[in-house]
Amino acid sequence: MRQEFTLTIFSENRVGILNQITTVFTRRHINIESLTTSESAIEGIHKFTIVIYSTREEVDLLVRQVEKRIDVLKAYSFSQDEIIYQEIALYKVPTAALFEGNEIEKLVRQYGARILEMTAEYAVIEKTGHKHETQELFDKLDPYGVTQFTRSGRVAINKLKKEPLNSYLRKLVKNGVNPDVKIDTQ
Amino acid sequence: MDKQTNTLMEESKKKPVTMTGAQAVMESLVNEGVEILFGYPGGAIMPVYDALYSYKEKLNHILVRHEQGAVHAAQGYARATGRVGVSLVTSGPAATNAVTGIADAMIDSTPVVVISGQVGSALLGTDAFQETDVVGITQPVTKWNYQITRADEIPWAFARAFYIARSGRPGPVLLDITKDAQFGSLEYLYKPTVSIRSYTPYPIIDPGQVEEAARLINLAKKPLALIGQGVVIAGAEAELKEFLEKTGIPAAQTLLGLSALPSDHKLNVGGLGMHGNYGPNLKTNECDLIIGIGMRFDDRVTADTRRYATNAKIIHMDIDPAEINKIIHADAPILGNVKDSLPMLTSRVSNNEHEEWLEEFRACYRIEYERLIERELYPEKPELTMAEVVRRVSEAFNDDAIMVTDVGQHQMVAWRYFKFRQSRSVITSGGLGTMGFGLPAAIGAKLGRPDRPVCLFVGDGGFQMTIQELGTIYQSKVPVKIVLLNNNFLGMVRQWQELFFDHRYASTELINPDFQTISKGYYIPSVEVTKRDDLDKAIKKMVSAEGPFLLEVVVEKEGNVFPMVPAGASVEDIILE
Ligand SMILES: Cc1ncc(C[n+]2csc(CCOP(=O)(O)OP(=O)(O)O)c2C)c(N)n1
Repeated sequence: MRQEFTLTIFSENRVGILNQITTVFTRRHINIESLTTSESAIEGIHKFTIVIYSTREEVDLLVRQVEKRIDVLKAYSFSQDEIIYQEIALYKVPTAALFEGNEIEKLVRQYGARILEMTAEYAVIEKTGHKHETQELFDKLDPYGVTQFTRSGRVAINKLKKEPLNSYLRKLVKNGVNPDVKIDTQ
Repeated sequence: MDKQTNTLMEESKKKPVTMTGAQAVMESLVNEGVEILFGYPGGAIMPVYDALYSYKEKLNHILVRHEQGAVHAAQGYARATGRVGVSLVTSGPAATNAVTGIADAMIDSTPVVVISGQVGSALLGTDAFQETDVVGITQPVTKWNYQITRADEIPWAFARAFYIARSGRPGPVLLDITKDAQFGSLEYLYKPTVSIRSYTPYPIIDPGQVEEAARLINLAKKPLALIGQGVVIAGAEAELKEFLEKTGIPAAQTLLGLSALPSDHKLNVGGLGMHGNYGPNLKTNECDLIIGIGMRFDDRVTADTRRYATNAKIIHMDIDPAEINKIIHADAPILGNVKDSLPMLTSRVSNNEHEEWLEEFRACYRIEYERLIERELYPEKPELTMAEVVRRVSEAFNDDAIMVTDVGQHQMVAWRYFKFRQSRSVITSGGLGTMGFGLPAAIGAKLGRPDRPVCLFVGDGGFQMTIQELGTIYQSKVPVKIVLLNNNFLGMVRQWQELFFDHRYASTELINPDFQTISKGYYIPSVEVTKRDDLDKAIKKMVSAEGPFLLEVVVEKEGNVFPMVPAGASVEDIILE
């Protein structure tokens, strides 16, 4: 069954690593819906969060093919219900529109958004949430003249008790490989 | 080697020594035990070549005639010896010429390190003269690649490159070195890589998986083992034999798995795949257990996967987790090095014999022999067949040569009819099917194993793809024996045109040059044979020649390779004629 999967990939922070990872997807003709990357909680280890539509079998294979890249430490896949995730969206509206009634203010309240910055010409509204929520707010704000809209890729946290990367790093220590990072060895 | 470099080497073992990047490249190669490299010079790699000039005695540089040949030769060397093959090329067009070889090494799991020169780091990304993004280009076809922009990265990058190339499932590594890194200086101290935190070359074997596989083996009535190159790479030939002999399981080989088991071993039932033997293909859908050992269920082996091994449970032993369940679902995977997993399995299975089951394979072989092999080996028509040439040559080498092939009909025929006594005797382009692979690979194989005869089978098409390497053979005096099976056609494509495109021979007929004159131009002794009566004498001449030799045999123009599993069909639909 095709469904949404979120992959988290931990890698070395090396020039070209993004290309190394994405070619695995391109080769199998898989479209990346969303991609976020940043340094992980462990210094020197990079984390990618990638959202795709696929089947369980295909994702399992993808994970192994991504892990096969030498500079990738570990990759994990999660279905929708195994993670908690957010995206962030920014909306720019003319300040004048805000004063033309209280509709925008009402929407901001109703959607749990906030006004990030306001100048004489424009106001920037920020909302975090799932894609359909940030999209809904966009659809509601648009009639008031949204001049810019941007949405981030997904960030996600899994529901497991512990970060599985830590057990991988601990296993390295057990097998005599220096993981070169500070890890709790409990 | 001059005195200066000698002392440099001794000192660098203990404490850091100041040297240039180019010297560090030499030292790193020596530290990795490299003795030979295949290459071609040019602007962006000149500092390294200059350093090489002082290392002539330690590092034997073979000047090839094209960078594709440099990589294929390194591959031939690696496949014949099990060691890492090394090529050295310049930037831009040289690096792109090397790409075919790199891709070939990737898909056939061959350990090679390709060192390419690059423009100075200040010029990167500016479309400088002979700049090409070789790291980007080769990213999908290398196991690892890295651009070195500072001299002090060299020992680290080389140690890592060799470790990655040869460990686990081997593969090609490319190191791209900017010119300033070659000129720059560093404090050289070599530390071999022993582990990489993001890389697990040898997965730890799960005894539970072995247990489950052993259970399936002990229950099986009609088991069949499929032997792949993984057995050869792991050096697990003895472990394989022990396993097979204890269980009495018949074994068939993939294209690259051939020679892991001697041809005349009683459990060897032949080759798998599109042009493999009748029995192994037919019986794939009859057997109740398949044990894939160091193989990857390539589509040339499985044909239509929906109609593959329809009655069998599958045990899949492989070192690469990405191969498990990739093509064929494994009921019992055993992840790990077969060198270790095979003995674990052997100790858990019962002694057994499958005499009746083996007899079924023998019966299949008799059918194949009567309907096909006999007329291929002992034809009644006047034209020579590829098969009879291959068999005569094999016998003339006492069935104990290293067989190298190019790609096409002759490749399949050589694979079917050449015989083997020891492992690492088959060097052919499997996954990529690269025409032009044969001649340079044979050069590398012979230089790696000067003690063994190396015999190349090549078609008139593929020969002309890398024919310039005859120059390498002459210059470096490489005594390879070349058997050119000349049918004046791109035979394999012509066969498909005949069978599946209604005899429409679109651009497959070759109007060839006089290969005898070409050979003469390169000062390589040669003979042309057109008649059966002259064959044995000519072969004898080739075998007893001291140096290189070209034996050109004009064979039937429109011969076909059979048996054949037609494209899209099931293994059981194999046809004999
Ligand atoms: C580089 C490359 N180009 C094209 C092909 C497609 N191809 C496969 S076999 C073949 C014919 C080979 O002809 P020849 O070398 O004469 O050998 P024969 O089949 O006649 O033995 C061709 C063109 C290929 N495998 N590799």
